[in-house]
Amino acid sequence: MRRLIALILALGLGAPAAAQEAVATFGSGPEVLRVEGSTDLAVFGPVLEAFASARPGISIVYEQRGTNDLFSRAADACANAAQGADVVISSAIDLQVKLVNDGCAQPHRTAAAELLPGWARWRDELFGLTFEPAVIVYNRALVPAADVPATRFDLIDLLRAKPARYAGKVATYDIEQSGLGYLFAFADSQEATTFGRLMEAFERADAVATCCSAELIDAVAEGRFLIAYNLLGSYALARAAEDARIGVVAPSDYTLALSRAAMVPRHATNPRAAKALIDYLLSPEGRFGLAQASLIVSFGETDDPATATLSGTPSTLRPIALSPALLVGLDRQKRALFTAQWRSIMGSRDALP
Amino acid sequence: MTERAPSIAVRLGLAVALVLAVGGLGAALAALAYGREAAREAYDRLLAGAAFDIARSVSVSAGAVAVDIPVSAFELLALAPEDRVVYRVIDREGATVTGYDLVPPPPRASQGAEVAFYGAEFGGEPVRLAAVRRRFAERAYSGEVAVVVGHTLRARSTLAWDIARKAMWLAAAGGLCLVVLTAAAVRSALGPLRRVEAALAGRRPEDLSPLDVETPREIRATVGAINGFMARLARRMDAMQAYIADAAHQLRTPVAALSAQAELAAEEADPERLRALAARIRGCAAGLGRLTDQLLNQALVMHRADAVPREELDLRMVAIRVAEASDHDLASTPEDLRLDLPEDRVSVEGDALSLIEATKNLVNNALRYGVPPVTITVRAPGAIDVTDRGAGLPEATWEQAGQRFARSEANAQGGAGIGLAIVRAVAEAHGGRMVFSRPARGGFRATLDLGAAALGDGAKGGPQ
Repeated sequence: MRRLIALILALGLGAPAAAQEAVATFGSGPEVLRVEGSTDLAVFGPVLEAFASARPGISIVYEQRGTNDLFSRAADACANAAQGADVVISSAIDLQVKLVNDGCAQPHRTAAAELLPGWARWRDELFGLTFEPAVIVYNRALVPAADVPATRFDLIDLLRAKPARYAGKVATYDIEQSGLGYLFAFADSQEATTFGRLMEAFERADAVATCCSAELIDAVAEGRFLIAYNLLGSYALARAAEDARIGVVAPSDYTLALSRAAMVPRHATNPRAAKALIDYLLSPEGRFGLAQASLIVSFGETDDPATATLSGTPSTLRPIALSPALLVGLDRQKRALFTAQWRSIMGSRDALP
Repeated sequence: MTERAPSIAVRLGLAVALVLAVGGLGAALAALAYGREAAREAYDRLLAGAAFDIARSVSVSAGAVAVDIPVSAFELLALAPEDRVVYRVIDREGATVTGYDLVPPPPRASQGAEVAFYGAEFGGEPVRLAAVRRRFAERAYSGEVAVVVGHTLRARSTLAWDIARKAMWLAAAGGLCLVVLTAAAVRSALGPLRRVEAALAGRRPEDLSPLDVETPREIRATVGAINGFMARLARRMDAMQAYIADAAHQLRTPVAALSAQAELAAEEADPERLRALAARIRGCAAGLGRLTDQLLNQALVMHRADAVPREELDLRMVAIRVAEASDHDLASTPEDLRLDLPEDRVSVEGDALSLIEATKNLVNNALRYGVPPVTITVRAPGAIDVTDRGAGLPEATWEQAGQRFARSEANAQGGAGIGLAIVRAVAEAHGGRMVFSRPARGGFRATLDLGAAALGDGAKGGPQ
């Protein structure tokens, strides 16, 4: 019962970082709920559809935008007290934290949020909806089982042991182009000293820094890259379910995890419906829908084959907390320093082969 | 009788409630102030820590200020988990190196302080800011860099309320203990009163013996007053009973004699003997009348002994009043009654009416049974002598005279016994005694000696 009235797909012009933009409407009620998010329409659509079909009075307009775009629109609306989106859901949780820190969100005190762990909410204004680990993606056909890295140490050792085979065949996000790549890299640098050694190993192996989850996964599937580091697990698992060539590993030394965060802008037109949507996404029903869409990844065994699952134990999970500490990564001086350091190691190899 | 006063328990309850209400309000305000102060201090330290942390990461390279903000500084700030965070690093020109441009710089007045704390508004919420200055003296950059760190006040007010709430719970528990203890204390303090009440309620009506109840000092006076009252009541009742017994006994014989004479008269036909009988009846009736007078006087004196407050009086006045009364009542001639008064006032504490009545009785006895002239002598410090020329009472009866059971003599003397009983009662009521003696020049002397009631030899006033 998906009522897809409009679907506009436009490729961002200019910068390669520009994410795809798409707009879709779910439901046909008179009350309009405007949702802006960075999640792929195809992935998030069914969840919104389920919400809309349970509420006949509401129609949801979902605009899929890039994370920077989402941020600047919300910040503009906040600065000009303009009515913008009713809900903003973004994987750039550092930018979401900044919006809340700048007073651009309105509080939503809800019993549903009480169930969230402390790291997945902040100030009754920002709510972590999903659970998506950062994973290593590899090509099942071209990477022998013995070479599949279970940890970052395995990856470092592999690149040292077989430099010829993996030279130019390892990729990760270009942190200057991808906000998510920067977020993960910065979190890595905080998490362990492994990060510096990993960067050096990448440098020796002529690793490629490039943009965008979809392109990276495509390249791995096609064998242009053999291993991609720090990809968003939700996309990778969704692709792996359809494409047997793709293998996914959650590094067992530690696995970063990110929770896509939702907030209601201060000047939202329809905050009531916005908060109802957040309550729904936090409810068991909504969480089931998000799990079906691979946005909540489980670890270990599950009974439901449809939900995305990674082998491994949750004990090594390092969720990135929604807290003001994320503002450090956004600090212009810090960012410049970190990026300069990263660039000095990774060099200028940033083109797709 | 008296208007109903609120119970002691209610009074104490109200007093304690008032104390608790005022104290509770005070404690709540103090707790809140203390909570605010404690929270302010705790979170100010946190801010200062973060500011120092960032200040350490400031460096100068190629003439430009660079800041490598440590994540630890922000993790420190995140210890106030629900608070928005602001920060700004300002160079010597006042330009923002990094952070929020809108954060106000530290006030000029705080120049000397190691850390400056101040408040501001940010994004519609009040924030508390801490500023740390770091001085650089490099070739390329000489001057100050200010690091400002702040956060909103949610954690502070939560902590303040938390501290205040805990303090108030403690105060409330203390108040409750106070209430319970007060209730117990009131109960225990009122225990003796209940014991007195039970002792009084459990008594038989005729039991007027003193209360034997263990009493604390505070109500000893009350119990003493109750016991004094009961002793007075017992004395009055004893006196009353004795008086009734005396009166019945005294009246029975003359009334019987009167009735016997009247019976004889009813049967007598001879006018001559009838007249003689009538004369005897009249004599009996007159004697009965005197006896009744004396009995009533005795009752009056006994009543006054307990009931009338003593006043200061001059015994010479008593003697004069008796002499005047005797002139009037007994139609005695001035030769029969003499007054021998000192020049100075003879002051005693006593009841004038009782003393006059007692003296009058002595004078009457002397006039009736003794030999004139009768002399009333007043002596300091406090005595009245009544002397006559007769033989007086036999010495063997002196001891018993005026006692309740000395009736045979009293009867024999036709009522003199009651008169002496009055004198004795008055003397005893004044703490004195009745004394008989035989003066050297002969005759008989009865003395009302008020030794204890005497106020000294005219110290209170001159002769009148």
